[in-house]
Amino acid sequence: MKRTHADPAGVLTGTHFLDGDQACCEGALASGCRFAAGYPITPSTEIVERFALRVPQIGGMFLQMEDELAASIAIQGAVWAGAKSFTVTSGPGFSLMMEHIGYAAMTETPCVFVNVQRGGPSTGLPTLPAQADMMQARWGSHGDYQIIALCPNSPQECFDLTVHAFNLSEQFRVPVLVMMDECVGHMTEKVVIPPAEQIEVYPRRYTTLPPNEYQAFKAEDDLVPQFARAGEGYHFHVTGLTHDEHGYPSMNVETQHQLVSRLMDKIRRNADAMARNEEYRVDDADVVVIAYGITARVAMRAVQMAREQGVRAGLLRPLVVWPFPEKRLRELTARSGFAGLVVAELNCGQVFYEVERLVAGRVPVLLEPHTGGTVHKPEQILEAIVKCSARRHAGTPALQEVSR
Amino acid sequence: MLEEPASEAKVPHVQPVPKKVRGTIKVTYNRCKGCGFCIAFCPPKVLEFSQEFNSHGYHFPQLKNQDGCTGCDLCGLYCPDFAIYGVMQKYGKKR
Amino acid sequence: MNEEQMIAATPEGCTECLPPNPVEGFLRSERMPHIWCPGCGIGTTVNCFSRALLQSKLDLNKVAVVSGIGCTGRVAGYVNLDSFHTTHGRAIPFATGMKLANPDLTVVVYSGDGDLISIGGNHFIHAARRNVDVKIICINNFTYGMTGGQLAPTTPVTAISSTTPYGCYEQPFNLPNLAESAGAVYVARWTTYHVRQLTHSIGEALRKKGFSFIEIVSQCPTLYERRNKIGDGLDMMEYFKEASVVKHGAATREVGIGFQGPIVVGKFVDIERPTFLDLMDKQMTRTLDAHYTGSVVEDHVRG
Repeated sequence: MKRTHADPAGVLTGTHFLDGDQACCEGALASGCRFAAGYPITPSTEIVERFALRVPQIGGMFLQMEDELAASIAIQGAVWAGAKSFTVTSGPGFSLMMEHIGYAAMTETPCVFVNVQRGGPSTGLPTLPAQADMMQARWGSHGDYQIIALCPNSPQECFDLTVHAFNLSEQFRVPVLVMMDECVGHMTEKVVIPPAEQIEVYPRRYTTLPPNEYQAFKAEDDLVPQFARAGEGYHFHVTGLTHDEHGYPSMNVETQHQLVSRLMDKIRRNADAMARNEEYRVDDADVVVIAYGITARVAMRAVQMAREQGVRAGLLRPLVVWPFPEKRLRELTARSGFAGLVVAELNCGQVFYEVERLVAGRVPVLLEPHTGGTVHKPEQILEAIVKCSARRHAGTPALQEVSR
Repeated sequence: MLEEPASEAKVPHVQPVPKKVRGTIKVTYNRCKGCGFCIAFCPPKVLEFSQEFNSHGYHFPQLKNQDGCTGCDLCGLYCPDFAIYGVMQKYGKKR
Repeated sequence: MNEEQMIAATPEGCTECLPPNPVEGFLRSERMPHIWCPGCGIGTTVNCFSRALLQSKLDLNKVAVVSGIGCTGRVAGYVNLDSFHTTHGRAIPFATGMKLANPDLTVVVYSGDGDLISIGGNHFIHAARRNVDVKIICINNFTYGMTGGQLAPTTPVTAISSTTPYGCYEQPFNLPNLAESAGAVYVARWTTYHVRQLTHSIGEALRKKGFSFIEIVSQCPTLYERRNKIGDGLDMMEYFKEASVVKHGAATREVGIGFQGPIVVGKFVDIERPTFLDLMDKQMTRTLDAHYTGSVVEDHVRG
């Protein structure tokens, strides 16, 4: 598929001092997003506040909707009218948006949802970080579907991965979730925004077929259908009901199988290709820490401290957390003499269960949990690394108590 | 599958238009669900249920006779099943 | 019926070579017959909608229909336009996003009373408040038909529903009043009996700039009429005919509908107010002057 580059009007080329929320907004603008809808929720609001400030001088709009239910579907109406569109939220809003994330998956609507995770459950800790929505990102809506979720660990990555999120959403016609956390969102660091011609943008897969030949949900070879937008004479139908290749409701077992399998395989088939990991000293590591987002930065320090003590530790940091980098994980854990994995995350165990499932008992997997509100101390992760390395630990059993 | 029943023969294909006929109806028999709106609300009251059934088991509407239908298409406006509509015709004149 | 259709009839009066049903061009004919019950009023409203669209001379490539969930929600699937069958209650915010991203589109929301006013109630009042330029066709059959005839926020007091088997005791919404209070610029109510007036109203709403609301009181013979022993679809239509009183410009607070009581129909509100986009553009220009690039949301990134 032909790539193109960003529209310079939305690209704030230069070296900036921005926080993650601001950088995320710039990433959306750089991608060509000119329509956002949202509802205020800490700690995500700054993303759309900046968007509301910037976009009238570029061309576009921000709509503050009456609630997250409205925001999460207004962006989809805009997409079908031809816009690139995103919304932002945090835990409680993320829960409200779940039905429409499922609708986007079912109708193959390319759009981006940003969740700046905060302490939960419920109202929780609105101004403090956590990473406890990760399983919800994967399974939050009802039914069988696949999404893509990205986890930035810096304001720079908030920019880069938001651009990447829009590209993935257009390539696969799937909602893509940018799972930030309050720490990364409110941390201010150097962000380099390149010139527009260096930012690759994946264009929307508009059909070139005439209306009488076009079928709105007939997949191409990569299982993704061509897109049409309202207003161009295609007279197509979009529905959340199980539908056939025309898009018409077709509620029977055969159509369900065809449709749902395709929606699943569309992502699963490309899971290896879309994997993106950062690896630190894993090549000779006995113990590999798996961490994402802000926790990975703490884990990096812990790995360095472990190495200073003579423990051969390494760090695997997935930037694309869903689909989880299964292939790389299996490669790492297949090595002989490998002592085990430490999964450090700002929750009571979420991605841990995915790792444990994939490892299937071959090596111990230790969970280094945290109920949220602040980040791990490196010493906490170091202790887990040392335990793992000493081969004294059989792995964290499921439902182990978290309190200490 | 959807076969037009024999009652079609009651409305001849080719026949000179009597001077009184100003309109006629067209019925898609197998869409009709026998609700009766067209018959009840036809202003000149020229519609009636047929004796025959369509393939779904409903009696469908038919003209009582060739006179009287004005082609006002009120039946078409009312029909919830898009099974009938009316058309105006010129008085017995050639085009 | 227009001149072309009159002339199109053959000289001999042959009934074979007739022009097609005016509604046929608006239907996805391959999907007929539809799922609505015998005697349901929804199909009748589609006839009126299609006539109004024809008469409006709007470019049909630029008309989008957005619906929610329910029997009326199925309209989107049957009309041959860009159509969007969205989630329960959320047709209006979807339509808002669509209209604002491409103001060239005429966006019609076609849904039922439960979908638009119960679960969708919040979105309804905010879109009306903002005067988003969308047209709302709300079919009010006093019930949740698709799911088996449950209570709706419009069910009249004492009426039976599947979740109020001993009779409804909740005060229903008066939809025209709700719409007017929230800020709608065009508010009308007709029943499925008033096909010509309804067609005319839909035409007015299509041309109107701003949040336009048409309530169409309709029958649900399988559930509402049967449970309340009113009869079948035709009996309810006869009731609409007898009980309706046309009162254009009536005060909307006085047009509430009681169980088998009078139904005030007509055009109640037709005012001018700047639309959401007008207001946005005006305020942005006032503050940003020449720096305001506009609210146009262009998707310039095409492969």
